[in-house]
Amino acid sequence: MPAFPALPAFPAFPDAARDAVRDDVLRANLRHATHTIRDKRARAVAELEDWDRLRAAGKAVKDHTLRHLDRYLLQLEEAVTAAGGTVHWAADADEANRIVTELVRATGEREVVKVKSMATQEIGLNEALEAAGIAAYETDLAELIVQLGHDRPSHILVPAIHRNRAEIRDIFRTEMGNWGRPAPDPLGDDPRDLAEAARLHLREKFLRAKVAVSGANFMVAETGTMVVFESEGNGRMCLTLPDTLISVVGIEKVVPTFRDLEIFLQTLPRSSTAERMNPYTTMWTGLGPSRGADGDGPSAFHLVLLDNGRTDTLADETGRQALRCIRCSACLNVCPVYERAGGHAYGSVYPGPIGAILSPQLRGTGSAIDASLPYASTLCGACYEVCPVAIDIPEVLVHLRERVAQGGPATRDGIRVRIRPAQRHTAERAAMRAARLLMDHPGALRAAERLLARARRLAPRRLPGAGRAWTDTRELPSLPAESFRDWWARERGNPQ
Amino acid sequence: MRVALFVTCVNDALYPRTGIAVVRLLERLGVDVDFPAGQSCCGQPQYNTGYRYETEPLLRRTAEAFAGHAYVVTPSGSCAAMIREHYPRIGRKAVGEGRGSELAALAEDLAPRVYELTEFLVDVLGVTDVGAYFPHTVTYHPSCHGLRGLGLGDRPRRLLAAVKGLDLVELPGAEECCGFGGTFAVKNPDVSTAMGADKIASAAATGAEVLCGADNSCLAHLDGLLRRADAPLRTLHLAEILAATEEEPLP
Ligand code: SF4
Repeated sequence: MPAFPALPAFPAFPDAARDAVRDDVLRANLRHATHTIRDKRARAVAELEDWDRLRAAGKAVKDHTLRHLDRYLLQLEEAVTAAGGTVHWAADADEANRIVTELVRATGEREVVKVKSMATQEIGLNEALEAAGIAAYETDLAELIVQLGHDRPSHILVPAIHRNRAEIRDIFRTEMGNWGRPAPDPLGDDPRDLAEAARLHLREKFLRAKVAVSGANFMVAETGTMVVFESEGNGRMCLTLPDTLISVVGIEKVVPTFRDLEIFLQTLPRSSTAERMNPYTTMWTGLGPSRGADGDGPSAFHLVLLDNGRTDTLADETGRQALRCIRCSACLNVCPVYERAGGHAYGSVYPGPIGAILSPQLRGTGSAIDASLPYASTLCGACYEVCPVAIDIPEVLVHLRERVAQGGPATRDGIRVRIRPAQRHTAERAAMRAARLLMDHPGALRAAERLLARARRLAPRRLPGAGRAWTDTRELPSLPAESFRDWWARERGNPQ
Repeated sequence: MRVALFVTCVNDALYPRTGIAVVRLLERLGVDVDFPAGQSCCGQPQYNTGYRYETEPLLRRTAEAFAGHAYVVTPSGSCAAMIREHYPRIGRKAVGEGRGSELAALAEDLAPRVYELTEFLVDVLGVTDVGAYFPHTVTYHPSCHGLRGLGLGDRPRRLLAAVKGLDLVELPGAEECCGFGGTFAVKNPDVSTAMGADKIASAAATGAEVLCGADNSCLAHLDGLLRRADAPLRTLHLAEILAATEEEPLP
């Protein structure tokens, strides 16, 4: 199975975005959701006087950890092992899926419950388990909606952000019965009714499941502690009820000490859900004295450390800052492009601005979607402004555009390679070069401007080629009779 | 005081009125204006589309054109941001690739001497009332590069608020990008148009007669949408409003 199973199905961003832009319901759903959360986030952040310092501190901790990642990962492995857990290393998606599948098989179980996790989505774990005859049940409400709807997530934090209440009710009514306890009949579309239906449906699964799969928001190297932030408490059920817990976590999630969590306990909830504190923060350290057969919690804990393109990303000086990301989704909620294009257009479990810089680094810029993602932004800078770990997303976008347009060095599978410029950019490259040559010769530029001015009455309303994309919806600026340069020469003479 | 005008390629070819307005305005305020003929494009379209190597000769040309001018003034937030923020970055990258220490020096030397028009007026000349007269209702769209790239803050609004006869109305969602984004406007035309349509709808809802901005590239996109929609709102560069007086109204 390829690292990203569904990849070939994803069209380039502009094509995928076109349908979303024309879907009025989707646009209204997205606009409402993102604007509500972005205003709340701004208020929650404004409450903290030292936000800028917290942001700088988060950035510094992450940068320091990334610089010494090898050391901290070994320390983490040691701490987790000492606490009774088992650590597995997975170089890519295939390896991670194989490890998890074998671990589940070894328990003899045919089903697992899952805490919402980006890493397991990234590797397509549910599909891999299904292929091995194991059912994986998502327990996060929004993730459940996506799963029952045979859909893909479209937001990091609110995977079903593209659905409204009526759509959710219909999904629950038609699908819940196929997976377990059916939805109550009748079912209204009040959020409380929907949450209650999900609670009843999921409770059965929690009580029955012997194996749980999770991700983690942070891993503490010093103590071997895993940390999950969540809102609903379903995650805590998964983390404490089953006998076996398997956590799949990207290697960049490690922080050095327990004290470092203090920064992110403040910045993550405010950035993501606009709450001062998220309702549930669960921390577990291997199998402590209260865990195991007669205590609370699982009797076996496995940590699968996932690389899947991360060390390649780390090798890139400009691009590596994407690994600071704490997946708060603040950048999605302020992004005007995400708001119109929707999460599916990004062709990855990481949509929005962070997806536009993370996917082409984790996966390379070879496919049509990955080569188009760095251009899926106006470089307006709103994402950089809100990012709680100060990732300069516009800077990385331009850096990756360079890689697509003119090629350059990159690391793939640990090997330094020179990426060749993308084929489909040949015409653009010629145009950029021609424009540059013209701009670099003001005499020729001036002649071209005059020619343009003289031909202004012939200027067509619609342009051919790339210009059509402009004139399909917009008028062209009307051409002036004389350029500024000529005006200056006429009015002031031209001393130079 | 003597300044060099960096008119930018877009203003030179498409919006000469903006350049002329800057000259009139600065001269009215007692500033001598030079127009170094060797200038052309700052290279922003190339750089932002991923053609850094194609940008380097334009960096060199721009730096050479303005060598020796203590103040370089431009009526474009995005071109000012290009020179201030990205030129030094391009220089450093070239050095990192084992060449271009001269390029880096040129970039470092030019960057701090470049001012966007409103910065120059407010910070260097120390004026907010430039003696303009413009009896119309105006709403202001702060382009992203001016707003977030340069941190222009409320300088443009303070200048507009001081114009005699001008009624400044707030633009809802002002800080949201208009969807131009250079080559984004043609690479992602559907999203670009959707963003622009929302922007002109908010602007129209203010009841203003004029949608003002400090970057003609964004205004060209919005104006193109407004004219296609036959909307009564018109776009104007801030410099043209500031240049207008009772004796010499906008042409
Ligand atoms: S890039 Fe920054 S704002 Fe976006 S999800 Fe990651 S941490 Fe949050």
